Amino acid sequence: MAVITYREALNQALREEMARDDKVFLMGEEVAFYHGAYKVSQGLLEEFGENRVIDTPITEEGFTGVGIGAAMVGLRPVIEMMTFNFSILALDQIVNHAAKIRYMSGGQFKIPIVIRGPGGAAYQLAAQHSQSLESYFCYCPGLKVVMPATPKDAKGLLKSAIRDDNPVIFIESEILYNTKGEVPGEEYLIPLGKAEILMEGNDITIISYSKMLLVAEEASRTLRQDGISVELINLRTLKPLDNEFITSSVKKTGRVVIVEEGWEFAGFGAQIADTIYSQAFDYLDGPIERVASIDVPMPYAANLEKAVLPDKERVIAAARRLL
Amino acid sequence: MDLKKLFYQMILIRRFEEKVAEMFTLGHIGGFCHLYIGQEAVCVGAISCLREDDYVLSAYRDHGHCIIKGSHPKKVMAELFGKSTGLCKGKGGSMHLFDAEKNFLGGFAIVGGHLPIATGAAFAIKYQKKDQVVLCFFGEGAVNIGAFHEALNMAATWKLPVIYLCENNRYGMGTPIERATSLYDICQKACAYSMERDHIDGMDVLAVRESVEKAVQRAREHCIPTLIEARTYRFRGHSMLDPAHYRTKEELEEQVKRDPLVTFKEKLLKDSILSDSTVQSMEEEIKKEIDEAVDFAMKSPAPSIDTLHDDLYV
Repeated sequence: MAVITYREALNQALREEMARDDKVFLMGEEVAFYHGAYKVSQGLLEEFGENRVIDTPITEEGFTGVGIGAAMVGLRPVIEMMTFNFSILALDQIVNHAAKIRYMSGGQFKIPIVIRGPGGAAYQLAAQHSQSLESYFCYCPGLKVVMPATPKDAKGLLKSAIRDDNPVIFIESEILYNTKGEVPGEEYLIPLGKAEILMEGNDITIISYSKMLLVAEEASRTLRQDGISVELINLRTLKPLDNEFITSSVKKTGRVVIVEEGWEFAGFGAQIADTIYSQAFDYLDGPIERVASIDVPMPYAANLEKAVLPDKERVIAAARRLL
Repeated sequence: MDLKKLFYQMILIRRFEEKVAEMFTLGHIGGFCHLYIGQEAVCVGAISCLREDDYVLSAYRDHGHCIIKGSHPKKVMAELFGKSTGLCKGKGGSMHLFDAEKNFLGGFAIVGGHLPIATGAAFAIKYQKKDQVVLCFFGEGAVNIGAFHEALNMAATWKLPVIYLCENNRYGMGTPIERATSLYDICQKACAYSMERDHIDGMDVLAVRESVEKAVQRAREHCIPTLIEARTYRFRGHSMLDPAHYRTKEELEEQVKRDPLVTFKEKLLKDSILSDSTVQSMEEEIKKEIDEAVDFAMKSPAPSIDTLHDDLYV
């Protein structure tokens, strides 16, 4: 085991997959000569050259479409969104093209593309640079959606995403890039669609993903110190959702808190709650609690931003309402 | 060049589309259905310049492009009928024909959306150091959308082997070009990207060939992209549901005088390449082929409900 950052984990995944398969290339704004806006692609230009690490103009719809076209004829593009906020400009390509070409063509084409980059809030980036857009993508049949929380997940899931023959939306986090964690020394993959239990418990299930998993983990530790047996689930992949894994935990604990960074209204947590209500209703001892961002565009002021985002206290309060 | 073959292909599309209109009216074809009648010279002339392994993309008025790229009319008709034997097993329909075997990368129905995809296919060709080219058809309605400009900018900046062929049929649905853009001379939009450009009479199959042949050569040999504007006209409405009240009868009559089938036939008869009897036998052969396509589509089963989830993920 080596301790590396989430950023290094992603960089290793890209490097290993590009070395393994010359059909894999990285394309996006500032990925080559600038080494990535967040330095995820550090060193890749030197190792793989300009043909495989490609700077684009600021043209998200355009270069996402380029990735799709390249995937249609046999390449395996990794398209970097400098942040996922900019993917809104590429939604036509992602939703109307990447997600549908296989189905519309009756299975004649596959689109093995990964669209990756950071999502969610960072530090005072305000309304247009702080959004958690995962539900946009989860809504659309034909896409897979992956949101790693740890360096180990980031590496193992990105490698799987690149090898997957479907379009994968891979949402990272600016705040997580510098976080550290243990990563196996030997090559490994983490399969898409599989959640994991980070803490085992019997009293309450807390479900989270990406950056909010760290908040949920902190809250879980406090609750456990208070003698509450928390089971903490790291979703890792949002679509396909690991339904059975979630419901089997709920059947054991009977209480659920879902923690997400997205807005509460029509947020991804609502889908998790629906899955639990429809598949494990009889096992519930109370309503499902959701902790999500407050339903406003992200304000700039530090204190207002803090008030919008879920924190440890809100997670603990939600858990206590159920106990 | 086999001029008879060009003529045959133009009649084939015309008669195919006339039959499609009939089948739509009878209720065998559903949804939005856009006919290519009047524009045949563009796709026949342009695709005749390609190799079989070159790629073609089209918008939603795609029946002609798909057939001329090599798809069997039976499979196209069956797709329009929404049958399991169609090109896309009944999942695509009129606006979304695809044929991987023939390198037909699809019919796309978000205006301009497929232009970056064409750029991407050309990127992949250059990435793999191959010598194919991409030919991308679209209407003049697409030139005002962002994707057009993003696609051309990347293709020109990166020098990719792609030809963007704008079929200017003068109307984006019901809006004439003069009310939609400030620069009517569409090929001039290529100047913004220092791109090679040409404008041609889209009703003259040989003029189309002459221009596209040069563009294909530039793309194949030097990775230089081109924007070509083919000035054409559709004789029917935007779709089967459009009576086209936005244009005058006189305008249509004037344009029908340019009918590419009529003018090309006259030329071939005059040059003794065709005779009335060869035209007659071509028409009979085509009628038979299209009747067989309809018969095949009629007799084919609808897709099974069990296939609903098929081909969503690999």
